[in-house]
Order: sequence, then structure tokens, then C-alpha cells
Amino acid sequence: MSKKRWWQGLGLLIIVGLGLFAYQTREVSHAGESITAVGSTALQPLVEAAGEEYTSDHLGTFINVQGGGTGTGLSQIQEGAVQIGNSDLFAGEQKSIRADELVDHRVAVVGITPIINKKVGINNLTTAQLIQVFTGKVTNWKQVGGANVPIVLINRAQGSGTRATFEQFGLAGHQSKTSQEQDSSGMVRQIVATTPGAISYVAFSYVNNTVQDVALNKVAPTEANVKTNDWKIWSYEHLYTKGQPTGLTKDFIRYVQSPAIQKTLVRQLGYLSPDQMKVERNVDGQIKQLGGAK
Amino acid sequence: MMNPKTQNKVAIGTLYGVAGLVVLILLALLGYILVSGLPQLSWHFLTAPAKAFLKGGGVGVQLYNSFYLLILAMLISFPIALGAAIYLYEYAKDNWVTTTIRTAIEILSSLPSVVVGLFGFLFFVVKLRLGFSILSGAFALTFFNLPLLTRSIEDSLRTIDTTQREGGLALGLSRWETVTRVILPAAVPSILTGVILSAGRVFGEAAALIYTAGQSAPALDFTDWNPFNISSPLNPMRPAETLAVHIWKINSEGIMPDAKAISSGSSAVLVLAILLFNFAARYLGKRLYKRLTSA
Amino acid sequence: MMKSTQQLEQQLKRHSKAAKLEIWGKVVSFSALILIVAVVVGIIGFVASKGLATFFTNHVSLWDFLSGKSWNPGVTDANGKPEVGALPMIMGSFLITVLSAIVATPFAIGTAVFMNEISPNKGAKILQPVTELLVGIPSVVYGFIGLSVVVPATRAIFGGSGFGILSGTCVLFVMILPTVTSMSVDALRAVPRYYREASLALGATQWQTIYKVVLRAATPGLMTAVVFGMARAFGEALAVQMVIGNAALMPGSLVDPSSTLTSVLTTGIGNTVMGSLQNNALWSLALVLLLMSLVFNLIVRLIGRKGRLQ
Repeated sequence: MSKKRWWQGLGLLIIVGLGLFAYQTREVSHAGESITAVGSTALQPLVEAAGEEYTSDHLGTFINVQGGGTGTGLSQIQEGAVQIGNSDLFAGEQKSIRADELVDHRVAVVGITPIINKKVGINNLTTAQLIQVFTGKVTNWKQVGGANVPIVLINRAQGSGTRATFEQFGLAGHQSKTSQEQDSSGMVRQIVATTPGAISYVAFSYVNNTVQDVALNKVAPTEANVKTNDWKIWSYEHLYTKGQPTGLTKDFIRYVQSPAIQKTLVRQLGYLSPDQMKVERNVDGQIKQLGGAK
Repeated sequence: MMNPKTQNKVAIGTLYGVAGLVVLILLALLGYILVSGLPQLSWHFLTAPAKAFLKGGGVGVQLYNSFYLLILAMLISFPIALGAAIYLYEYAKDNWVTTTIRTAIEILSSLPSVVVGLFGFLFFVVKLRLGFSILSGAFALTFFNLPLLTRSIEDSLRTIDTTQREGGLALGLSRWETVTRVILPAAVPSILTGVILSAGRVFGEAAALIYTAGQSAPALDFTDWNPFNISSPLNPMRPAETLAVHIWKINSEGIMPDAKAISSGSSAVLVLAILLFNFAARYLGKRLYKRLTSA
Repeated sequence: MMKSTQQLEQQLKRHSKAAKLEIWGKVVSFSALILIVAVVVGIIGFVASKGLATFFTNHVSLWDFLSGKSWNPGVTDANGKPEVGALPMIMGSFLITVLSAIVATPFAIGTAVFMNEISPNKGAKILQPVTELLVGIPSVVYGFIGLSVVVPATRAIFGGSGFGILSGTCVLFVMILPTVTSMSVDALRAVPRYYREASLALGATQWQTIYKVVLRAATPGLMTAVVFGMARAFGEALAVQMVIGNAALMPGSLVDPSSTLTSVLTTGIGNTVMGSLQNNALWSLALVLLLMSLVFNLIVRLIGRKGRLQ
């Protein structure tokens, strides 16, 4: 019995010793600065990839990027629990956020297009028709010139940035009829691809050959049309900070807004860079022409 | 009225049918996952880190994270569940307090995991400042796991014949000794089932981890085993995306061109990993059982 | 002489090693239980405090919440009240849980009886590993299989879009089957062997023994299995959300898109700002979920008490 105790004691000693040794020899540089960005799942891949590039250039920093949704991002930045809140929406559009405490850093522009199941046979709608479809005024595709299949609406979840943008600029402020809701672009695309008569909306980067994108009033959903605001359904992607950013947060945001990221990652991920835009839009949706477009 | 013998035959036949149908459904499901996933598997896929938007990413880090998180979560939750189950089985009086506790535990298991995840987020990640880390994830999983594990261990203890218990007490052992020396060893196989089931849930859980262990997997340095370094695989304070979270993420917002292949490949890996874990747990359990009961 | 009696007395009065161990064991296991109770109370309290805020802070009337049919917390209706009618989701959750439990219970108990009473060998070799494997498959995978197999099948057979309670039930049935089956096996195993032997010795057939003795004796355990299965069905979100359509509408039929408490909760929670009405309303859904699960639990226990072997 006492021999067993001895061995146990020795084992404990070794473990504690190893722990102390490990603590002493830890790489101090890696325990340096770290910041956390939380929020929009749509924006997450961009910030994450930018964070990886930034940390590989600046050893000893660590940028922790998590999803959780725009609402989570805005609430946590408001609480000051994280350093950056990723959002698909202007903070001012959320009633319970005190937007004046937050500083907006626009890092990308995302275009959103309606997508339809391929068998419907429609690739152009007028805005009036789109509104009729989403408010339930028409219920069969043949009423707007398509095949004889009932319309199946797929919405994004209430409060989602994509939905808010689509309703504001695609449906001219009309509320969509209560219908199926999904909380992610991938799921929406999958359902539209497999369900006869389904219609929904996603960011340009999610459009692939399984679904049909739709031109509105003969304007095609292309980046060129977004730049000139001929395609009106687009929004900014925001990084919010509480007050002016400092230290690593400031450096990182500046890095994301620099050409190093804007000309490479932002475009590879299917976004536009805010520098490419010939117009600017404010919280209330008012458009301002920008002078010399770059 | 059928005579009892025909009735017996019909009933037994039906049971064969039911069991056969269930096996068929379950095998079809497994087959579907494996058939669509196995062709995606390669050494590269199993070891390479994931890529955010290009094709050719792997799941090496995620796979490792899943196992590490599972072990941590089990280390935390098993002793607690075991202790609570022993108390409920051995010491708790059969009165309304005990019934209330049991009911509360059962109700807790119906909470959607996203609620547990958010609770974990607000409590561990934000309040206790653990950040998005394996530790936060393990605590959240513990919360999520405790009800099922406690109940199944308590049931396992109850399956042991009362004669064993009486035998122990008759030998002059105290109640605690009877439970730990006689009943627990005999219940090992059945406790193991409970552990494997909850391990499976831990492996497959996504919603509770999105807000706690996080959904990004920083690259790991597998030569650095110092748990205080951020890139060390052993560091419990680093954010860690698990395989199930990875599957969820690429299905929901993934924009890599081979998202579908990665998702089905990951599902197959997950099934194989659980299979491996089950075999290992069963093997170890059998040896433990033999040693403890000298059967 | 005096001294040795005192020593003896002390020796006798002192707790023996076993008794110390006993106290130690009792304390340790009791604190584990206390910890669990704290966790349970903590989470329930947390959900309740957030969920009740809808009624106390945002002044939504409880009746509107429980009986309203339109769910749109961001919008106010003609009277200036927010639209937070949770009835469609309550109905959806209720229907889908009860239906999947009704479908899964006979299958699960049948399989468990087969594994334990009729063919323990085959049961242990094939069924047990398979059921254990299935518990670990992430619900998103179940959802995708449901989306690519169950939904088109429902659409082909019953028409409509294929999304609805029926598809949800099919997916949940498969999801809860492993849990209920393996817990039922444990329940049957807990029935003492001599019950069966006594029954068979009385001349009962195997089926009579199973039906009249084993199942009756195992009823409380089987009920627990069903309760846990229902709990899982009730709390399941991702898989259900993908096949039920997730539309906050009153379910007109089993093949119309509808929604459950959890599916609405999960889709919305990340998109709402904490402390806002939209967010609080979602927590109220979680609270309703807990209460409904309590009711289910009590009902099943009541049934179990009636069916028990006297």
C-alpha cells in the first residue's frame, strides 16, 4: 500500500514538474497580442483569411475570428466583450444598438441576386413582378411567364443582413410573405436547386450552375452593374469597433482595408472592394455619386 | 382467439420483422454516408489543414480537435455524472426532492443545444473570460452531456442484480465499498454503452460548440507539445473547430468549390472515427471488466 | 488497567477506515449531484430570466404570445403591438414530437426485445454497434440526407413542396431510434432473470413472458427511454429545420411547411441583438420548450405508473 503511495506521489511530482517546465519554456512571443472578431457568418471567411495572412506577416499576434451571426457581433461589440464586430448591416438599422458609440469600417461590398430553380425557365423579372412573387400576389410561375409550377418562397431568417438588404432594395421596402426560412446561404442554394418552383436570394459568390440567377428589369446581376448602382441590391460588409480602434485592432483593420487585401482576397471571395464603387450609400439608403471613380 | 402457440409464433415473427427493418434502415443510412464519402478520402484529406475558399482543403486539424475535445469533455463530465449517479442510486431517499431532481435533469436534455451553446458563450467565453477555446467547449459539452450520462449510469447500476449488493453488504462492506468494489465493476459494460452514446453525441454536436469552442481552426504545430503555446495541439485555450462544426460550416456558408465533397468526406471520417472509438472503448472496457470482476 | 479500557473505548468509538471512506464517498457523490443540480438550476434560471423579459420588460401579453398565430417580432401590427404569436411553433413542435415518438417507440421497443430476449447474439453483434454509431452522426448530416432523400420522396407521394411535418417526422424517427433502442435494452436488461424463468416454468410461451412479465416489469425504464427520445426530438433543431420548411405558419396538413420552437430559435438567435424584443421573444420560445417538455415528462410518467407491474 505505502509503495503504491510512493509511486503515486512520484507521478504527481513528475506531472507538476513537467507543467512548470512547459510554462517556463513557453514561447513568450506567442503570448503577445490577440484580438477577437465575432459576428456575421457571411463575412467570416474574408476576415479569417485576412487574419491568417496578417498573423503570418506579424509573428506574435493572433487574430481569432468567429461567426455567430450579425446580431451576436453587434451585441458583443456593444458590450465590449470583443474587439471587432462583423456585420452585414449598418448598426444604425438595429433599434437596440447605440450606433453612435460604434465606429464603422467598411471592408467590402456584396451584391445579392434572386435565384430560381432552373426548371422554372425564367431569367428576367420586373421589380413589380418580384414584389408580387414575394408578397404572395402571384402563386404560380405561369402568371409571370414561367412554367406551370407553384411558387415556393425560401427566405433567409428574420434579421439576416441578406434578407434586410433584399427587402429594402429588391422589394422596394415590401415585407416578404411568411414562408420557409433558412439561416444560411449554402442551405438556401441547396433547397432552391432541388425544389421545383423555388425562389430565394443569395450573395453573388454563392451562385453556381445548380441555380438560375435572375435579371431585374433586364439588368443583369453583375459586378459592373453593382459598381454603378444599376443593380441596386447590394450592401456593405462592416467591421465595427467600439470607439476608435487602437493597437492591433487598428493595424488589422487598416490591413484589411489596404490594397494588399482589397485587390486580392476581397475579389477572390466574390466581393467588390469599396474603392471600386462609383457610388456611396448611407444608413438611410441614400445614394451619393462619387467623383472620380478609381 | 388465437391459441397461445400461434400467437407466440406470430409475435416472434413480427419482432424479427421489426428488428430486420430497423437494421435495414440503419444500414442504409450508414451505407449512404460511407458510399458518398469514402471516395473523397485520402491521406492528404485526413492530414491537410482546411482551406477557406480554395479547393483541396483537408480536415486534419478538425479531426484532431474532435478527439481532444471529446477526451477533455469526458474527463470533466464522467466523474461528475458517476458521482451523481451513485448518489441517486445508493443514498438518495425516494422522495419528492429526488423525483424533482430527476425530472429536472430529464427536462434539461430537451433543451436545444444552441441554448446550451449560448449559455456557454455568455458564461464561459464572456464572463469567465475563457475566450473561444477548447476549455469553453468542453464545459458546454459537459452541461449538455451530464443529464444523459447521469441517467444512463444510474440505470446501469440498477441493472445489477440485488443479490450482488446484498452479498457485498453481508460481507460487512460499507455501502460505498459495495458500490465501488462490487456493483460498479459488474456494471462496467453497461456504463460503457452510456459513455459511448454520449461520446457519440459529443462527436456529432455542432450547435453547442459554434459559440464556445468556436468555428475557426488555427493551424497547429504538431511538433510542439508544450500546452502553453498557442499553436500547440495540447493547448486547451485555443479556438478549435471540430469536424461536426466544420461540416456545418461548409454546408452553410462554404464557398470553396469542393464544399460538397469535403462535407461528405468529413461525414464518412466522422463515422469511421466513431467506429474506431467504439471498438477501442469496448476493448478497453472488456479488459477492465475482466480485471475488476476476475470473471 | 484504567488506561487500557479508555484506549479500547476510544478505539471502538473512532470511525473505522471503512466508515470514513463511506462518509467521504457520500460527500463526494453528493457534491457531484449538487453540481448537476446547480447546472440545471443555472440554465433553467438563465432561460427563464431571458424568456420572461418579453412579458415583463417588453410588456407582451402572455395570452397574445400563446395564442397568436403570426410570428414577426420585428414588426408591429395594426394596434402597435409586436407580432409574437408562438402558437404555430408550439403546434409544430408538439405534433412532430408526438408523431415521431409514436412511430419510433414500437420500433425501438421491438428491436430492444429482439436484441435482449430473442436473439442476444445477433443483437449484440450487429444492432448494438450500429445504433451506437448512429448517435454520433451530426444532425446536419441527417438533415442533408433528409433533404436529398426524404423531401423528394414526400413530394413525389403527397405532392406539395415536400417540406413539412411528415418529412420532419421521418428524419426524427431515424434520429431518435438509436437513443430509445439502446436505453430500452438497458431497461429490459434490468429485469431480473428469475422473472422470466418463473413465467416460463408456469407454462407461459415466450411471447406471453415478454408481453406480460418482462415488458411490464421494465415499464418505468422503457418510459425513461421514450422520454429521452422525445426530449431529443423536441430539442433537435438543425435537421428538422432543413426538412420541415421552417415557415412560421399554422400547420394546415402534415405536408405543409411549418416550423418548430427550436428551428425558429436556432435560425433567429444569431441574427438578433441581445436584449432586444426580437431576442427576448426567442428566449421565451426556449422557456415554452422547457415547460412543454416538463408536461410531456409528467404525462409519460403517469402512463408509466399505470402500466407498471403491481
